[in-house]
Amino acid sequence: MRLDLLLRISSKIFLPFIILFAFYVQFHGDFGPGGGFQAGVIFAAGIILYTIIFGIKKAQKDFPETIFNYMVPLGVLIFTVTGLISLSKGFNFLDYDALAHYPKHGQHIGIIAIELGVFVTVIGSMVSIFYAFVARGKK
Amino acid sequence: MALTTLGIIRLRNLFSVVILSTIYSFLMATLLLIFDAVDVALTEAAVGAGISTVLMLTVLYYTKVNEEKPKFKSILPLIICLTIGGLLIYGTYGLPPFGASDTPIHTHISVQYLERSISETGVPNVVTSVLASYRGFDTLGEVIVVFTAAIGVLSILKRDKI
Repeated sequence: MRLDLLLRISSKIFLPFIILFAFYVQFHGDFGPGGGFQAGVIFAAGIILYTIIFGIKKAQKDFPETIFNYMVPLGVLIFTVTGLISLSKGFNFLDYDALAHYPKHGQHIGIIAIELGVFVTVIGSMVSIFYAFVARGKK
Repeated sequence: MALTTLGIIRLRNLFSVVILSTIYSFLMATLLLIFDAVDVALTEAAVGAGISTVLMLTVLYYTKVNEEKPKFKSILPLIICLTIGGLLIYGTYGLPPFGASDTPIHTHISVQYLERSISETGVPNVVTSVLASYRGFDTLGEVIVVFTAAIGVLSILKRDKI
């Protein structure tokens, strides 16, 4: 454990910035490059880095696996419910004009909502698959 | 990029192959960046070079590092690959010149998206407005694809726990 002191310290410094960058890509997606998928992958990469440096046991204690397993269907649910809300207000499925008084505000809210859905599903699936792969080696 | 591809084909050490494919992904991301496709370049760098390298290395941890000699001669697949590749290259001669502005893809729907995106959605990034708003249905399908893939992989890997 002594040898990877440098790795542990530097990854501790880097991790907040990776997570922050993921959220930047997520919420800045309508102005700059990026969106839910890219942000989700960057966030998952942060957690995978944490797992590689600190080991699977500590990572699964800090970020429990069940959360990520639940996130996989949760994102699809957020996406579909956004579509159904606009459907229930008499608009087309996934027509975000229905979500606010002004169509442009509605578009903004709708895009953020569905990007959140993509984000959640992508993090959930990436980290669950990684955990499942790594956990096979314990036996 | 051609050199890394040749290296991936020739090398028998899978560890070097994984690293070479990472290099290939980064070169691809750079190429996409030069073509101004920043969103795709970001995805390629994060998924192709980041996550898939880690997953490949995890798989290598469980298997052997060196690939075995192939049991069959690879002449017939080579002929098929060369024929199809040649046909595809022949097909590219029918395409309009690179960057020409009067081609069908630049005259029909892309112009509509570029003109109407700001006034209809108020989102400056046209890629996001097309993906999330005009083609929301497609994106929903893509999320369901990711969902299905995750369910499939997890049900294979965790078969013994159910």
